[in-house]
Amino acid sequence: MKYSYYPGCTLKTKAKELDVYARKCAEKLGVELTEVDDWQCCGGVYTTSRDEIVTKLSSVRALNNAKERGQSLVTVCSACHNVIKRVNYDMANDAFVNAGANNYLQLATPYNGETKVIHFLELLRDEIGFENVKKAVVNPVKRRISAYYGCLLLRPGNVMAMDDPENPRIMEDFISAIGGTPVVSPYRNECCGAYLAVTDPAVPARHCGYITDSFKAKGAETVITACPLCMYNLKRNSGDLPVVYFSEILAEALGVK
Amino acid sequence: MDLSEQAENIKRISGVDTKKCLRCGKCTASCPNYEDMEYHPHQFVYFIENGYLDRLLKSDAAFRCMTCFACVERCPRDVKPAKLIEAVRLTLVRQKDSNRLKPYDIIENLNADLPQQAIVSAMRKYTK
Repeated sequence: MKYSYYPGCTLKTKAKELDVYARKCAEKLGVELTEVDDWQCCGGVYTTSRDEIVTKLSSVRALNNAKERGQSLVTVCSACHNVIKRVNYDMANDAFVNAGANNYLQLATPYNGETKVIHFLELLRDEIGFENVKKAVVNPVKRRISAYYGCLLLRPGNVMAMDDPENPRIMEDFISAIGGTPVVSPYRNECCGAYLAVTDPAVPARHCGYITDSFKAKGAETVITACPLCMYNLKRNSGDLPVVYFSEILAEALGVK
Repeated sequence: MDLSEQAENIKRISGVDTKKCLRCGKCTASCPNYEDMEYHPHQFVYFIENGYLDRLLKSDAAFRCMTCFACVERCPRDVKPAKLIEAVRLTLVRQKDSNRLKPYDIIENLNADLPQQAIVSAMRKYTK
């Protein structure tokens, strides 16, 4: 199985574990990930306004590169996934955004949202299959684990289409597949405070307090996330509750850590 | 542009039809940052619909939205308040000398763990 791969800026710097372990796990599971040529930062957040064209171009370039290779595009970072998938949706469904982006890029063939964008968790669930992930586990992670989805993986539900945005199970099924016990908290899909970490850290501190208190009250021993910014905000406010990337805990289970 | 033209532009670039709102307040009830905003998601919809945009433009409220899309997901009428809030924010930062975050401001909260993602996201939300 061959896929194009978009790591993103933070996965080359502060979130190397998220990237390195995803690659090791993919290799172990028989998946070949090839980085997009000359990829650029997605911008971190999707710009919702229709007249914001320039801020969507880096995503279109990555999507078109995967299209030219005839491959689906795999992401690992929640933010990159959210931005690229939403821009892809616009390119397929919003004639104004499509016209503006194609007019600027002047590609050999216009890009119209042809590439399929899949998050690494979807790769595990839909392409490899959690039952096959389970078969590849050599060190079952026998811990009580809470999945923290945050906002970017699930919303808006009609575009992200990963799971039920209000009652998701993909990360809980992932936890079960690697031998853990999923611990569900109602705060698992509430926002961590996001980029307010840069301007007003008291806001994410308050939100992450609610979130991690809830995980602890439910008896979680570990929290997993797919987002470097959620990781940063949670870690600074989780006390002694460990927070790890889902790819790192998968690497532990597959014996490649 | 006068205020009514600005309101029309906000509706146009956000793609939000404020008339669809049935005033149930579920957006504001869903907002995790409710207590931190002077005006709340349902008020963005109501104010823009009814000619009170000036209040939103004078307030810091649009910059307290985390764009988590909880209000969008839970709206029974698919109004998409977060898109409206982002259009208000753009209306402000697209004006001359109106960037809300300067590179030097970041230093105050900079530390060895702060991910690049946080900085690029904040710059995209608060500057042009």
